[in-house]
Amino acid sequence: MESLELIAMISIIMAGATVGIGAPITAIGEGWAVSRAMGSLAQQPDAAPTISRTLFIGLAMIESSAIYCFVVSMILIFANPFWNHFASLPGVQ
Amino acid sequence: MDITPDAIIHGHIGPVAIPATLVFTWIVMAILVLGSWSVTRNLSTEAAVPRGQLLLEIVLEGIRGQIRDMIDTDPDRYLPFIGTLFLFIFTSNVLSIVPGFHAPTGSLSTTTALALCVFAAVPVFGIMAQGWRGYLKSYLQPTPLMLPFNLISEITRTISLSIRLFGNMMSGGMIAAVALAIAPLFFPVIMNALGLLIGVIQSYIFSILALVYIATATRAHEEQAARTSGATSATTKETQHGKP
Repeated sequence: MESLELIAMISIIMAGATVGIGAPITAIGEGWAVSRAMGSLAQQPDAAPTISRTLFIGLAMIESSAIYCFVVSMILIFANPFWNHFASLPGVQ
Repeated sequence: MDITPDAIIHGHIGPVAIPATLVFTWIVMAILVLGSWSVTRNLSTEAAVPRGQLLLEIVLEGIRGQIRDMIDTDPDRYLPFIGTLFLFIFTSNVLSIVPGFHAPTGSLSTTTALALCVFAAVPVFGIMAQGWRGYLKSYLQPTPLMLPFNLISEITRTISLSIRLFGNMMSGGMIAAVALAIAPLFFPVIMNALGLLIGVIQSYIFSILALVYIATATRAHEEQAARTSGATSATTKETQHGKP
């Protein structure tokens, strides 16, 4: 019981912390990328296809770190291996 | 709440369970194959083209144009692989707004399989383009010291390719479910529209990244040469500029 409670508490706190720390930092990075791309688009509208394509690829690369955080927090909440292990032990209930 | 459609079991064939992922993959494959089959039965070269043929021609030309913009060489070599990846991911992502349809790309198994296809295709295209020696040499490219890092990047980019697609599609379904629980009236519609946009962008990203990986494997030498010459010309320009 002790370990299950601990695992649940730490999992929920860490799931929130993972997204709460990982997403804003990624968002700042994406914001910089977009603002620079907007500046370049305003200066060179002719290069719009290249800039926007590179921007999309770059954004997807940056965003994947936020997605990793999200996946980790989802695993912590919905598919936590430690929770499953301790919940399946017969003595621990 | 399940985070993947793998957990929904539809039936068994012998000892093999048939999860929802497999069923919906078959549905997407059937839609793509039957759609293209029925369109290509009556192709015409007249001025009046059937609608289906027009659609397929636009899609094909669009993909070819994107590949040509990206790598500046003959797109037909990469078209079958990249186009198949794009069409499969695009169809399954877009169909995810159909109620009851779980996008097969929302399961880590599917995205890992797709990323493994890219992982296997990179050496195949690389060896076809520059031979065994040339391809293996590209691992020692800047210096032989970089060999372990090149090998690691080969693996990590495969993992990131699969996790990126899985995470995006899974988060779409998850956000829709959460929105349905919190604000069921109007909000889920907006989130679904956003999920549709994300699905289209992710299918584009996946195929473009696969193309970039293949392109770097096929012409590592040329790029290396171009980069060094470009760098030297840039530095000379800088010094010339700095002198006066």
